[in-house]
Amino acid sequence: MSEMKTAAYICKGCGLGERLDAAQLSKVAQKEGKANLVREHDFLCSAAGVQMIRDDIEKEAVTHVAIAACSRRAKAEAFWFPTVAMARANLREGVIWSQPDTDEAREGTQEMADDYVRMACAEVKRMKLPAGNTETGHNKRLLVVGGGVSGMTAAIEASNTGYQVVLVEKSGSLGGWGARLWKRIPFQEPLKDPVETGVTDMIDRIGADPNIKVYLNATLAKTTGAPGRFAAEIAVESGSVAMEEVGAIVQASGFGTYDIAELPELGGGKSPDVVDQAGLEKLAVEAAARGQPIRRPSDGGEIRTVAFVQCAGQRDDTGRHLPYCSGFCCSTSIKQAMYFKDVNPAVDTVVIYTDLRVPGSGEDFYRSGQEKGVTFTKGKVTGVEPGSKGCTVKFHDLILNDKDAAIQADLVVLATGQVPNSGVNVDIPEEEAAKMEVKPVSILNLDYRQGRDLPQLRHGFTDSHFICFPYETRRTGIYAAGPVRRPMDMAQAVEDATGATLKAIQAVENAELGRAAHPRSGDLSFPSFRRDGCTQCKRCTVECPFGAIDEDEQRYPLFNESRCRRCGTCMGACPVRVISFENYSVDTVGSQIKAVDMPDEFSEKPRILLLACENDAYPALDMAGMNRIQYSAFVRVIPVRCLGSVNTIWITDALNSGYDGVMLMGCKHGDEYQCHFVKGSELANYRMSKIDDTLKQLALETERVATYEVAITDIERVPQLINNYAAKINEIGLSPLKGFA
Amino acid sequence: MSDLNTQAVERYRNNFLKEVEENVEEGHWVKMCMQCGVCSGSCPFGPHWEHPPQEIFMMIRAGKRDEVLASDSMWMCTSCYNCIVRCPRKLPITHIMHGLANYAHRLGIAPKGQPTREFAKLFWDNMMKKGRVNEMKLTIGHYFRNGIGAGIKEAMAMKDVGLGMLKAKRLNPMELAGGHGLKDLKGFHAMVAKAKEIEDRKKGFVK
Repeated sequence: MSEMKTAAYICKGCGLGERLDAAQLSKVAQKEGKANLVREHDFLCSAAGVQMIRDDIEKEAVTHVAIAACSRRAKAEAFWFPTVAMARANLREGVIWSQPDTDEAREGTQEMADDYVRMACAEVKRMKLPAGNTETGHNKRLLVVGGGVSGMTAAIEASNTGYQVVLVEKSGSLGGWGARLWKRIPFQEPLKDPVETGVTDMIDRIGADPNIKVYLNATLAKTTGAPGRFAAEIAVESGSVAMEEVGAIVQASGFGTYDIAELPELGGGKSPDVVDQAGLEKLAVEAAARGQPIRRPSDGGEIRTVAFVQCAGQRDDTGRHLPYCSGFCCSTSIKQAMYFKDVNPAVDTVVIYTDLRVPGSGEDFYRSGQEKGVTFTKGKVTGVEPGSKGCTVKFHDLILNDKDAAIQADLVVLATGQVPNSGVNVDIPEEEAAKMEVKPVSILNLDYRQGRDLPQLRHGFTDSHFICFPYETRRTGIYAAGPVRRPMDMAQAVEDATGATLKAIQAVENAELGRAAHPRSGDLSFPSFRRDGCTQCKRCTVECPFGAIDEDEQRYPLFNESRCRRCGTCMGACPVRVISFENYSVDTVGSQIKAVDMPDEFSEKPRILLLACENDAYPALDMAGMNRIQYSAFVRVIPVRCLGSVNTIWITDALNSGYDGVMLMGCKHGDEYQCHFVKGSELANYRMSKIDDTLKQLALETERVATYEVAITDIERVPQLINNYAAKINEIGLSPLKGFA
Repeated sequence: MSDLNTQAVERYRNNFLKEVEENVEEGHWVKMCMQCGVCSGSCPFGPHWEHPPQEIFMMIRAGKRDEVLASDSMWMCTSCYNCIVRCPRKLPITHIMHGLANYAHRLGIAPKGQPTREFAKLFWDNMMKKGRVNEMKLTIGHYFRNGIGAGIKEAMAMKDVGLGMLKAKRLNPMELAGGHGLKDLKGFHAMVAKAKEIEDRKKGFVK
């Protein structure tokens, strides 16, 4: 791109021509927007309209295109010009569809449209066509950490898709918990009986697959790099160290069981006749090897009654045990009761539960258990007392409200939960972690500025964008799969591992082309920083939600391009504003803010700037327009990649140039966050909580800046918020700063 | 009758669920209850039952034999079929309730003097006499079940209904004198006896 040539296109379709003065818009683009070329068209997204733009790009050497038509979210295929920088002025959803079609409203509507044309022209001139760096890494092998059912599924699926795999397993054999089961719950019809686990087949397939390289008795000593160019140092128990280069990582490090010795009140650790579910699988495997039914562990006696205690040390509200439900254990108890019933229907099997939770196809399996005569008793077990021959299980019968119900059982099975193998909690400082009783062992040993493992969620489960994108973690190119990210059964783990593998494959393919991974998939832009302006404050390296930025030897930020998700949180963080993307920068937004024509203080026309998250708030606004829900004509909306990318300079600039108020609309944050970039909206909210000082310095009311949490479904609420805010501004009066800019 | 009860206790020892499955009409459904409580919530008489259906099923599983069979709860069922319609597990709850009541009755441990049970007995005996229900006799038998004084009182309270029915020719006073019966009364009795024989054999009541 040698010389910049800008062109503005004014569409007159979809009623734009009737509602707006197109000639006036053209004049604005020409005179104020300083577009080199301005054209109007009756139907811009038609083949003829698009061809007109294409011809200009080719023949007139247009390099920057401003399209004044519909929302940037509409007609993206028609207006697809990958060789030029492009800005869109949203005149349809954002202006004529959200403003009343009345004579009184005509002036305000036209002013709105004029401003959006000014803004698009200003923005596009500050944009550069993102080039995309294709030199970030070309390795397409996958590293799978963990050789259980999840890990093996990931390896097999990747190999089937044509990708090479390095599989690292800590123990001496593949299979994990799956290999220790006697039978598993069926995944598909008929959902009646326990079936073979199929784990042996998986192990055999991996052994015979030339695409899969397996390291047993091995752990990751160090992991460096980024998607497309990870380097893993694999320490094998024998002492040797192997280096493997991979493009992406699937972490399937699985779970451990909750220790039943923590449950002495339920007889845990007090008698061999009280076992956990894993213990019963062991008994079943041993019994099958002997070709006999399962015997009582303490004395080898015959088993006539088995009691299954659900939620043992789970869903605990006393704070002593696991607070969550592991989700798999009800189905597992049904399966294990069938171990007895299928051999001898005369054995009484009683499942004592408070809420039977059987996800997936579990309801059919539950029904099959009932048909086989497994008894289900709704109750809460209060104690298990081991005796000479079997145990007494005391429980509160919740249906009959009998607090002193009890049964005698030869064997008691405690349904304990899953505890994730998540590695180190990166949110706990190293010094504090060193003081902990049990020192967690890192799984990945990442050489990252932000810690050695993936971040953890509640209860120590490994990161996952659980609301919208469950496979995504905050470390690009590293995907968590299976029970390490949330409790789950084998069917779910298989599905989960398959999904995570496909995400890992997307990550290596994107990295090769220099494109962003989810959620801005395909984005070629990338943050760069002006080194001589950087003060090494480290805010970008600390606040990047994805750990994309390390520090180099001289303590300057070191951007790892393929780890970056292009949210712009670093740009919002930078106090000296040296970070920018080619097509999204402090300047592209700042110039839009300044391009708006500011009526004077006597005009009674306030101007409100709305910085709207492009993932939720902006689509909600578009949908409001589609539903013809009207909102104040005084608002000017600028979409931002994430509220985290909002640099406070935009706010001060806006207020200084005479805006009467600034609204920020981002996603829900906190534990139940909906932010695409996990921490963006949270950081923005934190930064805005500090803006009051700035406002006081400017001698302005604190109401002049307002932050809102909105969801994509807030189609009626967002216009309402705008109107309420406009009323508020009306109440406190216009900004005293008008006319000084 | 009570030796039938002793036999059942002997045969099933501790396993009341099994006893219900084998001897109670539709009893094999009891194990399929998932304790959601929709039946109890749907029952128009629910608040008046000592043990609503959900509880009855749980008691059967918990082996509370005497409490279930001696209970008057299942006698309260009016056969409105709300529970059957709503049960997500498709249990024929109404039928199970009647099955349990019938089983308890046959074992001789159903509650004495329970009005529904008394009326059912009255109805059955009335019907067996002529092969059809004699409404005059049934009504009078019912009103006077507790003696002459109470009978007159109850009859007086219902006299408007009775006169209305007479006027509408829904009640024939001539039926008091013997009343008419089925053409083949003998055949009817043989049919009922055969049905009872089959049922007894099926449910193990044969001595």
